[in-house]
Amino acid sequence: MNIKSQKDFFSGLLFTAVGLTFAWGATKYNMGTAARMGPGYFPMLLGVLMAILGGVITFNALVVHTQDGDKVGGWAWRPLVFIIAANLVFGLMLGGLPSIKFPAFGLIVAIYALTFVASMAGEEFNLKEVAVLATVLAIMSYLAFILLLKLQFPVWPAFITG
Amino acid sequence: MDLINNLSLGFGVAFTPINLMYAFIGCMLGTLIGVLPGIGPLATIAMLLPATYALPPVSALIMLAGIYYGAQYGGSTTAILVNLPGESSSVVTVIDGYQMARKGRAGPALAAAGLGSFFAGCVGTLVLAAFAVPLTEVAFKFGPAEYFSLMILGLIGAVVLASGSLLKAIGMILLGLLLGLVGTDVNSGVARYSMDIPELTDGIGFIVIAMGVFGYGEIISNLGMPESEREVFTADVKGLMPTMEDFKRMVPAVLRGTAMGSILGILPGGGAVMAAFAAYTLEKKTKLHPGEVPFGQGNIRGVAAPESANNAASQTSFIPLLTLGIPPNAVMALMVGAMTIHNIQPGPQVMTSNPQLFWGLIASMWIGNAMLIILNLPLIGMWIKLLSVPYRWLFPAIVLFCAIGVYSTNNNTFDIWLVGLFGFIGYVFIKLGMEPAPLLLGFILGPMMEENLRRALLLSRGDWSVFVTRGLSASLLAVAALLLLIVLLPSIKKKREEAFVED
Repeated sequence: MNIKSQKDFFSGLLFTAVGLTFAWGATKYNMGTAARMGPGYFPMLLGVLMAILGGVITFNALVVHTQDGDKVGGWAWRPLVFIIAANLVFGLMLGGLPSIKFPAFGLIVAIYALTFVASMAGEEFNLKEVAVLATVLAIMSYLAFILLLKLQFPVWPAFITG
Repeated sequence: MDLINNLSLGFGVAFTPINLMYAFIGCMLGTLIGVLPGIGPLATIAMLLPATYALPPVSALIMLAGIYYGAQYGGSTTAILVNLPGESSSVVTVIDGYQMARKGRAGPALAAAGLGSFFAGCVGTLVLAAFAVPLTEVAFKFGPAEYFSLMILGLIGAVVLASGSLLKAIGMILLGLLLGLVGTDVNSGVARYSMDIPELTDGIGFIVIAMGVFGYGEIISNLGMPESEREVFTADVKGLMPTMEDFKRMVPAVLRGTAMGSILGILPGGGAVMAAFAAYTLEKKTKLHPGEVPFGQGNIRGVAAPESANNAASQTSFIPLLTLGIPPNAVMALMVGAMTIHNIQPGPQVMTSNPQLFWGLIASMWIGNAMLIILNLPLIGMWIKLLSVPYRWLFPAIVLFCAIGVYSTNNNTFDIWLVGLFGFIGYVFIKLGMEPAPLLLGFILGPMMEENLRRALLLSRGDWSVFVTRGLSASLLAVAALLLLIVLLPSIKKKREEAFVED
């Protein structure tokens, strides 16, 4: 079998899988009747619709000809990993993780951590430049979010402020 | 005249120093993100929503609206000078705008975009003010069946007018609707799809989805492109004034673009991007004057028309939101979120229960447009400087603002873990060519749709025919079916695809 459009083929499969998952999840809730809908009714309807639609998209991807095969292309692993990691590191530093007894380091440390990790996603990484950028961002965020907008953030590490 | 009374009430609200300041901040930020490629009004509004908690609702909405239409102005600057759409609705401006800049006519191109936008913005605001009252009266006749049908029409409209694959866009809507159902069901109290995670019983925050999919997803995909494709070129801008000849060409194009944009903005699913495409296509259909530069080589009409259209549409797309409470596009869906945060239920009652908010917002749009023309023409030099900021400094800052924005909505790190997941999902969407905007629209409408479907069928004792036996509901569904049919017709399908690949 020949896939005519790779992008459509995989998105169709994705739709079907997610649709079925939601429909399967809906079976655990009370379905009810049309006049008295239970919590499972609407999600079941949508899930089944989506699974069918996904099937149609997958089928089309095998049949309808496209010019260049609509390749998905290579994955940008480096930015993907570092951007997501930067975000997670930020959360970890800012709020800590009580379940593994990781202490909260607060906003300022979190900003430095995020900037360093995120910058690694780019093509060039200049330690000095990133340090300056992180400092600028930390000062600006402190002024804007803490002083001006008065958002409730832990600013400094928990073991310093107590 | 009611209109005059209402508008003067609105100007009274909008002209207070505090609201003028927020309108200015909104326009400023809007231009900023419009100029910067790779970050759109959607992500910015999502980022700034938490920051508006402390503001009075009117000021918050004025600022958020300013970001939206401000981005329309800023986007054209980048389109003309750098050959990159700074914002998705400027995609067509790139074609002729950049060619004008290459011929040393960047100034007149910027002026055409700015003046056209200003005119269109003023007209759009007037249309909004004039249509709001009669449409609100219609809205009061709506029962649950009508609301459900209207949402179907809105969602169908959104996919019909969206670019790319129709089926995939419908799939994204369904996915959005399903994601919107996560959390506690209001009728039965059952926590659906919460996987026993307490934070999920409140549902997924739309800020989390917007930031993850639009913010992180975009950044990752931008960084995945080779640097040469993002390269920034700064043209020399001298002499802003268009010639007499330019003006003669521009004026009819601006008028046509404004009319086109005003209409397409009102339609459910319509919006700035579609309006710009339609206006450009219309201009290309008209005959060239003798001695006029062909389209695609720097025709000033190719800048003036789409820029007027996208700005007019961005104003009139507030109409369905403010009168019916139904967001016509993803940015408006975020505005629903903003209103809900401030305890305002979007819908026909806003005008009567919060007239200050309603008319204040409308008046502020006119003021905002006036501010934007000043921000964008005399101060153009400032924005050009900004374009030379390297992306490697910009994207960590964007990641940071997304993370801070997400955290501050609930002061909860769980949202940060979730946004990471949606960032990954957003990148998958981009790789598979799945458009995320319909997803956000579905996400906002999901709970509303279920509720109205439930009520309609409860009233009809489970009889599905209620949707076609009630006149208003039947006609809404008929329009939706017609729209779908039209796009599926082979001849139109081909045209539609052509319109979206446009050079």
